[in-house]
Amino acid sequence: MTSVTALPPASGRAPDSGRAWRTGRRIRVRVRLGTVVPLLIVVLLLVAAIAPGLLTTRSPNGIDIEHTLLAPSLSHPFGTDDAGRDLYTRVIYGARESLGIGLGATGLAMSIAILLGFAAGLAGGVVDAVIGRILEVSFAFPVLLLALLLIAIRGPSLTTEIVAVGIGSAPGYARMVRGQVLNVRQAPYIEAASALGHRRLAVIRRHLFPNAMRPLVAMITLGVGQSIVWASSLSFLGLGVAPPSPEWGALLDSGRMYITTSWWLEVMPGLVIVVVALSVTSLGRTLQHRLEGAAR
Amino acid sequence: MTDIETGFADPIEQGIEQGIERAVADDGAPLLTVEGLRVWFGSAEVVKGISFTTRPGRCLAIVGESGSGKSVTARTLVGLTGSGAQVQAGRIDLAGTDLTRQTERSWRSIRGRQIGFILQDALVSLDQLRRVGDEVAEPLKVHGWGTREARARKVVDLLASVGVPEPEMRARQRPYELSGGLRQRALIASAIALDPTLIVADEPTTALDVTIQAQVLDLLAESKARGTSIILISHDLSVVARLADEVLVMRDGCVVEHGVAHQVLHQPRHEYTQALLDAIPSEHTRGTRLVRPASDATVVARTREPVDRDRPLLEARHITKVFRGPDKVDRTVVDDVSFELFTGETLGIVGESGSGKTTSARIALALLQPTSGDVLLRGQPWSTLPPARRRPLRKQIGVIYQDPLSSFDPRWHVGRILADALRTGNRPPSSKAEARARAIRLLEQVGLSAEHLSAAPLRLSGGQRQRVSIARALAPEPEVIICDEPVSALDVSIQAQVLDLLTDLQDELGVSYLFISHDLGVIHHMSDRVLVMKDGLVVESGTADEIFERPAHPYTQRLLTALPRLTTAANQ
Amino acid sequence: MKTPRRIVVKVAGAVLVLIAAASVTFFAQLLVPGSRATVILNEQNGRAQQWTPAQLAPVNKEFGFSKPIIVQYLDYVGGLFRGNLGTSFTQYKPVTQVIGAELAPSLVLTVAALITAWVLTLVVTLLTVRRGRFITALGSGWEALTASLPAYWLGVVLLVVFAVEIRIFPVIGGTSPMGTVLPVLTLAIPLAGFLGQVTRDEFEKVLDQPFITTARTRGMSDTAVRLKHALRHSILPAITLSGWALGALVSGAVIVENVFGRPGIGQVLVNAVNTRDVPTVSGIVLVIAAVYVVANLLVDIAYSIVDPRLRAS
Repeated sequence: MTSVTALPPASGRAPDSGRAWRTGRRIRVRVRLGTVVPLLIVVLLLVAAIAPGLLTTRSPNGIDIEHTLLAPSLSHPFGTDDAGRDLYTRVIYGARESLGIGLGATGLAMSIAILLGFAAGLAGGVVDAVIGRILEVSFAFPVLLLALLLIAIRGPSLTTEIVAVGIGSAPGYARMVRGQVLNVRQAPYIEAASALGHRRLAVIRRHLFPNAMRPLVAMITLGVGQSIVWASSLSFLGLGVAPPSPEWGALLDSGRMYITTSWWLEVMPGLVIVVVALSVTSLGRTLQHRLEGAAR
Repeated sequence: MTDIETGFADPIEQGIEQGIERAVADDGAPLLTVEGLRVWFGSAEVVKGISFTTRPGRCLAIVGESGSGKSVTARTLVGLTGSGAQVQAGRIDLAGTDLTRQTERSWRSIRGRQIGFILQDALVSLDQLRRVGDEVAEPLKVHGWGTREARARKVVDLLASVGVPEPEMRARQRPYELSGGLRQRALIASAIALDPTLIVADEPTTALDVTIQAQVLDLLAESKARGTSIILISHDLSVVARLADEVLVMRDGCVVEHGVAHQVLHQPRHEYTQALLDAIPSEHTRGTRLVRPASDATVVARTREPVDRDRPLLEARHITKVFRGPDKVDRTVVDDVSFELFTGETLGIVGESGSGKTTSARIALALLQPTSGDVLLRGQPWSTLPPARRRPLRKQIGVIYQDPLSSFDPRWHVGRILADALRTGNRPPSSKAEARARAIRLLEQVGLSAEHLSAAPLRLSGGQRQRVSIARALAPEPEVIICDEPVSALDVSIQAQVLDLLTDLQDELGVSYLFISHDLGVIHHMSDRVLVMKDGLVVESGTADEIFERPAHPYTQRLLTALPRLTTAANQ
Repeated sequence: MKTPRRIVVKVAGAVLVLIAAASVTFFAQLLVPGSRATVILNEQNGRAQQWTPAQLAPVNKEFGFSKPIIVQYLDYVGGLFRGNLGTSFTQYKPVTQVIGAELAPSLVLTVAALITAWVLTLVVTLLTVRRGRFITALGSGWEALTASLPAYWLGVVLLVVFAVEIRIFPVIGGTSPMGTVLPVLTLAIPLAGFLGQVTRDEFEKVLDQPFITTARTRGMSDTAVRLKHALRHSILPAITLSGWALGALVSGAVIVENVFGRPGIGQVLVNAVNTRDVPTVSGIVLVIAAVYVVANLLVDIAYSIVDPRLRAS
């Protein structure tokens, strides 16, 4: 029969089904590879952060002079470093600090973003214009460079790293929040609520805020994933957390000189970071879809 | 017969050209024959075996509501049914070409060449980033017609032939720079560029103002007179009446009625067709219900309280609204408009797009402040009140929107929407149980039931959503309800149900309506008095009978002549 | 006429943004713990300690720290207009000299990466949008993966695979063409993933638009429809993002130069941060900010050429 090209059926009106649909509060769990794998990885991450002993029997500082710089094998899945420490174990123990940095930076970034985004979106006029200019200027500072500037001024430390990444990434999220607020503000249901006679504050509290914050879950997970990557980038340059901490970025830093000879010292921690960042972000997106689906 | 500049370089195209000439010469014999067409999307059968033929110089209209399968049928005729579709037919024959045996490649020589397709709404059906001239020339270019200069000349000719003034200039412009009417003409020009023997028009007049609708239909009639065969898809029976020779009525994928236009539209054999015709609001249906039970064909008149004309309920006095655009140019959207709405009556405001009717409604609702003038509610200041004092009075005015779905908080279900509205009324419910009970009563009042209480509006049909919207408007027990195009997005039969609901509620509760619409038939059916607006001005006002039977202003007269009329046998 | 006036307004806005950025970097300097003179002396002497006012005084005088803040600020901003970015704390040279020669290789890297990213985006998107479930999933999966790859990791992997193991490219390539390939790819691939996602989303939306159907009803082939109609609409978001992308690429270049040992401002920057040489760091950050602002300006103007609807409004 004739081949057909991609085209949705015409006519956008909903059919008159005549039957109501019961909304359930349950979130139906459909098992799909794209959902299960990230979920598993995030669970492993949390376990590694809370109870690393469950995932490895060795100690992260167990120096073993006789087994230095071994390539990955069954007994050392990620190989060993220049002091004979098992890299896999160090990665597991580093999860707590890395996750902590990610959460800290994201928390800071989100707080700033929500404040600025709502102020700009709600107040409009002069306030919006001023905040808009501030955001525009902030975009001229890529996260990494701003972080470097702050580190040059304050000196490298864990706090500086968290604050730097937090402040640096806030403008991006502020823009997202502002966009959401503006979108929702123009929605007819906001005006309909006013037409019913509700007070402005009530409308903001009951309609605008909840609806504008709907993509929050996805934003937070995206933030955590990105923060981990940025923080580790700083450490890679030698400007983050200092060795011998097993924080992932620090592992990257110490592995740098061995890139051409013992590649696993650099590649493995990086691989873990990439996989974790991807999983967190992907899981966030899936959760977001589910939340929006259940609300319908 | 038309004479076409033979610009074809391709011998295959030349051959098709000669074949077409032969087919057209043989007038009276069918051009397109369709037998037993069936279409599935997945496991759902959307077109369930339909058959029809078309002849040169005649128009076949396929009529139906949404979900009837008419659009799918149209697209199947050019092989664009959609991804995931399965098509099966006994026979689809276009002047000797078997359309069931086409590959994607061979379709390309048929589309635009033997069959021209016109979509609705040129604003989205033309590429906004390209020049109008390029869009019109595209079929010529695709089929290898003529040189670049020859095509440029042909484009100007085509635009002129469809009535576009200054065609050379227009060809260099982009679609968004043209008015709605000119855009649609350009779209038609591109469809008829190669003078196809068959034109398929899928809702070509929806989204257009009434006056432009008439012009577009006239254009198609001209094509018809030149010997082109037309298949017109529409949900609007009165539009169809203007152009069709033959009418096919579809419902749920099946043909329900098929015959000569005059017979189908005036003496339909099938009750569905009759119901569709009855559902069309017009001057003839005034004062009656549109939906009648099948068993009882008698016309049911409304029972109403006489209107109290002592004191106006809602009064607008010389309201004017001026907007300042980003280019610092002032636009007067509403210009010295005044009206009065009395208890228990319906005041209709009719106008085309840009007439200022919606803005006037928003000013009446005090959601927008007028630049000058004021609005009074029950003789007391309304628009001039400070917002804090006005809020408690808002329960006296309700509103129904054109798109109910976007007026509901997407996270809320019906029950919560209604409970929220009940709380703003004079007697807020004192307990959850009372709120629930009253919500159920509201649902029943609008023809829904308790089971809809937990439904999410997204899952409801268009008609059901509008009913919920009406229930919400009724909850605070208002005296006035402002209806802003409440039925424009609904199918004719659903529209009829909603209009009946509104009139029933008015009879029962004595509520007044400020009814806004671009549809003259609906306005005539619903209104006691009418305001005609154009470009922000009230052009004419009076009782419905006065306006529609003895229009004084030339604009009103133009509107009424442009209105496609459908006189049913019952009231001829 | 309107158009030149709009451009003038935009340029003025850009200059204001730059001045604001400069102000930020200036006032950020005051966040130094202790005094700036202390930091300088600490670095010079390799240890952190308290210095007496007598020891700090000459440093303060030399760098002008004893003048009122407002005067320092105006000096700074005024100097910027004359092309003076301040004096390095550690090298006692003007910052412009410190950055000077190193800027060119970084810019070359950045621009080459942007162009490569665009080429990759267009190729992958055009080939994989709506072409059957498998190919489409492949395309969007590829984009999701590459968009999240940190530059350092990708760089290391490419280095290990293509330079160490399979010796196609040199490990330390300096600024030679062969040595530039891997660094450019490291920057271009994640950006291509990101731009690709945006373009793909837009492409899919565009393909559902009625005007695409109209084109098909004229007998156009699928390829022609994609190239002649859909493409122009789909790249609009990616064009808008290109301004931001340039800024992000420069900061990515810092890392990539580090991985591949490539000369450029990356080395200068890291050294400066390590030695707490705030003026140099500020200077580099400002230069990059300027690049970003100029790039956005050009993108803005380019956009109004591609999408003439903006001109009409």
